[in-house]
Amino acid sequence: MEQKKLIDLVHITKRYGDNVVIDDLNLYIRENEFLTLLGPSGCGKTTTLRIIGGFETPDEGKVIFDGKDITKLPPNERHLNTVFQKYALFTHMTIAENIAFGLKIKKKSKQYIKDKIKYALKLVNLDGYENRMPDSLSGGQQQRIAIARAIVNEPKVLLLDEPLGALDLKLRQDMQYELIRLKNELGITFVYVTHDQEEALTMSDTIMVMNQGYIQQIGTPEDIYNEPENAFVADFIGESNILDAVMIKDYTVRILGVDFPCDSAGFGINKPVDVVIRPEDIDLVSPEEGTISGQVTSLIFKGVHYEMEVLAGGYEWLVHSTDLSAVGTNVGIRVDPYDIQVMNKPESKDEEAANYEE
Amino acid sequence: MRNKETKRRQKNALLAAPCSLWMIAFIIIPLLMIVYYGLTKREDGSITLENLKLIADPINRRALWLSLKLSIISTIVCVLLAYPLGLMLRGLKIKSNSFIVLVFMLPMWMNFLLRTLAWLNILENNGILNTILKILHLPTLHIINTPTAIILGMVYNFLPFMILPIYNTLEKIDENVINAARDLGANGKQTFFKIIFPLSIPGVISGITMVFVPSLTTFVISNILGGSKVLLIGNVIEQQFQKLNNWNSGSGLSLVLMVFILLSMAFVGKDENTGRGAATW
Repeated sequence: MEQKKLIDLVHITKRYGDNVVIDDLNLYIRENEFLTLLGPSGCGKTTTLRIIGGFETPDEGKVIFDGKDITKLPPNERHLNTVFQKYALFTHMTIAENIAFGLKIKKKSKQYIKDKIKYALKLVNLDGYENRMPDSLSGGQQQRIAIARAIVNEPKVLLLDEPLGALDLKLRQDMQYELIRLKNELGITFVYVTHDQEEALTMSDTIMVMNQGYIQQIGTPEDIYNEPENAFVADFIGESNILDAVMIKDYTVRILGVDFPCDSAGFGINKPVDVVIRPEDIDLVSPEEGTISGQVTSLIFKGVHYEMEVLAGGYEWLVHSTDLSAVGTNVGIRVDPYDIQVMNKPESKDEEAANYEE
Repeated sequence: MRNKETKRRQKNALLAAPCSLWMIAFIIIPLLMIVYYGLTKREDGSITLENLKLIADPINRRALWLSLKLSIISTIVCVLLAYPLGLMLRGLKIKSNSFIVLVFMLPMWMNFLLRTLAWLNILENNGILNTILKILHLPTLHIINTPTAIILGMVYNFLPFMILPIYNTLEKIDENVINAARDLGANGKQTFFKIIFPLSIPGVISGITMVFVPSLTTFVISNILGGSKVLLIGNVIEQQFQKLNNWNSGSGLSLVLMVFILLSMAFVGKDENTGRGAATW
């Protein structure tokens, strides 16, 4: 990952009245990167994208694109294109006219436009749709036309605002692979906004988790999933057991009054912390072998695995396992030291949000 | 199953009965009567085209021509006033749609006649407008009993019917569609002419219909603001019925006027889908 920085957001702040939507956000996006802005609704991810696209002006801070300050530049003068959430196709134009829109504005030759339309439709697997009207296409097809309409302009960056949000599950999964393929074929930067953590994990090179206008964590999907930096990230990405704990000393953490060996150090002595244990990292063993023991209280078959809840030490542990333990069985819980993710406890809400800066 | 289906249909037909009766009594029968009177002689009821040919009479022809001219001008003025207003209202992004509707419908709750008479008061030779001009030592205007007065009356009375459909179609354009045009490189002007205006055409057509038709057929506005100096086709028809008590020639002229309206509507809405804009009404 030695590519150069393409977009740099410097100290961006955006307010709507008294409501601070983005608070002093710093972020850079590299060339050829698939960056996903992930967070719950209202976390500021879409606003961040709209600031990059030029549809919003930040109250403070700068947007640097390819070395130039574009903070005040209107959208039509930026070398990037956007795919909007509900496609936003021009319903009074044919598919070909939709795709040609940007090229006609740039006064490209007829032949060039014709070739580009053909190429773009082929790229999104919709050859022969030139003369259809947008209303006659399905949601998935319309979304692909929206992508085609954007990429014919050869942007350096494609911004995607929850483009799969309106599609059903199966189509959404197909489109995820389609987008990865497109990105690899085009070799351009994708900035993708979603609230769907699975989508983010599947497609991204880098994920930025946002909440309440702050960056919570930036990292690869593996980093984000395996080593969440705080309880919010852990909770938002995948299912997890998040517990209050005390770091007794290096490599030992006390959870629910029981000492667990872990691989974390440097937190100090008797320091209150949060720990995250993923449900699939818990091994159910006989009560004698477990670090802590309890009883299975519920069992659901999920297809790939069983989902069980184990009441142990006064906490309902969520456990995923391919081995079944019937309800009422007494079991022991064991977790490998490296599967216990220890995180600093936020001292206040602001710190929880801000503690990504280390 | 089939029995049930038939019963359901019968029930539906029953529910539609009041509306059907209304339509037959007050739309279909009167229309047929106009056609009957229009195509028969007053004296013996024999079939004739004489009543239709009345339109060729110089006075009637001039009245029809003036009517067309004034209603076209009024319609254009209404579009020119309503469209920028619609754009402005869209820009305001007012949350409650009904508030805007209320503001524009409010004057219409007052009696149509009253509002037109108010214009008479304003435009009269010794009316409000000229009084103000005199106070300001400006030359007075002679507007009353001229086509200008009638245009003013038409625009004032029918403008809401232009604003609402235009505002409705403009307001329904997704902000992101406009953003998409900007994103693809279009500047403000290009976005307007290539995206916003084409998408609002159904509303414009709907508005044109709502203004042009009543303007073409009005006789109240021309009676009040035109005195007896300006004769519109509506006045001619009214006179046939009210003063000359000649239903046959009145109906004949009405039929001709109807054909004119249908023709102009077909021309305006040629290959456009008026459904969306008209749905407002």
